[in-house]
Amino acid sequence: MSAGKEGRDRGTPDKFGDERVTQGPRRGCPYTGKRCAGVEYHRPMSVSGSAGPRSPREIFLTFARIGLSGFGGVLFWIRRVLIQEKRWITDEELLEGLAIGQILPGPNVYNLSFMLGHRWFGLRGAFAAIGGLLAAPIVILVILGLLYRAYSDVAVLQHALRGMAAVAAGLLLASAVGMAATLPRRLVPWLFMLLAFAGVGLMRWPLIYVMAMLAPFAMYFAWRRQ
Amino acid sequence: MAQAVALFWHFLLLGCIAVGGVSTVMPDMHRYVVDELQLVSSREFADLYALAQAAPGPNALWVTILGLHAAGGLGAIATTVGVLIPATTFSYVASLLQAKHADSPLALAFRRGLAPVALGFMLASCWLLLRAVGHDWRSYAVAFAAVGVATKTDVNPLWLLAIGAVLGIAGLV
Repeated sequence: MSAGKEGRDRGTPDKFGDERVTQGPRRGCPYTGKRCAGVEYHRPMSVSGSAGPRSPREIFLTFARIGLSGFGGVLFWIRRVLIQEKRWITDEELLEGLAIGQILPGPNVYNLSFMLGHRWFGLRGAFAAIGGLLAAPIVILVILGLLYRAYSDVAVLQHALRGMAAVAAGLLLASAVGMAATLPRRLVPWLFMLLAFAGVGLMRWPLIYVMAMLAPFAMYFAWRRQ
Repeated sequence: MAQAVALFWHFLLLGCIAVGGVSTVMPDMHRYVVDELQLVSSREFADLYALAQAAPGPNALWVTILGLHAAGGLGAIATTVGVLIPATTFSYVASLLQAKHADSPLALAFRRGLAPVALGFMLASCWLLLRAVGHDWRSYAVAFAAVGVATKTDVNPLWLLAIGAVLGIAGLV
């Protein structure tokens, strides 16, 4: 998908500089010329140069949509909504945020959402993000849990879930492929990606050990390139 | 009540060490809730996990229905809040550090160096998910069809999930 390249195109701060265009929804992106839904370049952020949400309320509603759509996992929807649709962040920023989210204890996407919300609107933004992310799914899960309690052998439900899980695995893979397109075309980052994959996916080592082994070297190489 | 309190403290502790996601401490949750407290059977444990996996929202929320099943509403609150308190605290500290030192060389090396590692872990999750749902070639076919459609077209993926559900009910996956 071309989204990765678009993400990179708009990633540099100087490109935005003092551009303060407010685009209506469904208009062409001024930088790539591509059509994209609801793009608004109204408030360039000092750090990354990306436009962000206008209010905690917007954060809450957006993350509520992500949470509600996230059957079988949320990461796919975070990428689709925040990067491809809203353009609040880039693929690189998402990967960097995810890396921090993985190092911190707790659910990765929860940590990621908290930090994104905090970056935009401080604590209010952070709680808007996690509130939106969790509120509706918790209600749905409680209902499902009660249903399960009442009829603990819901064969139809389990079959449906199995089919959805297969699709969800595919969707996550599609996001990963899209994000891999944004990695620098150099040996070292791809090598670390492969090692991380092999350690956790093939060898089934606990993530915390693999992270502890790889992180110092990965950081050293990134440090040396600066 | 006593059970909910016990669940809270244990999940608070697990929340502090759940680096890489809640699924990394799942074995210990199983040990505690199934073997030690004996509130949930092993099969229920697996069922609840599958249920939460496919339900909308972060997969980590399965601790909510685990708590609900183990000790009712208070149990749900205990497990959820227990896991999320450490996550919130650490994320807050990380946010403050990021805001203060976003452009320092160390922070840059940290973010840029670890981004590929994060992607590798993500690919590993895909791999493990595929292995978990892959009963035979048909589930792989569905998963890879989803990759293709999601990559090449603008179809709302909710449709794909709905199709997946129908295929599952029809017994095709």
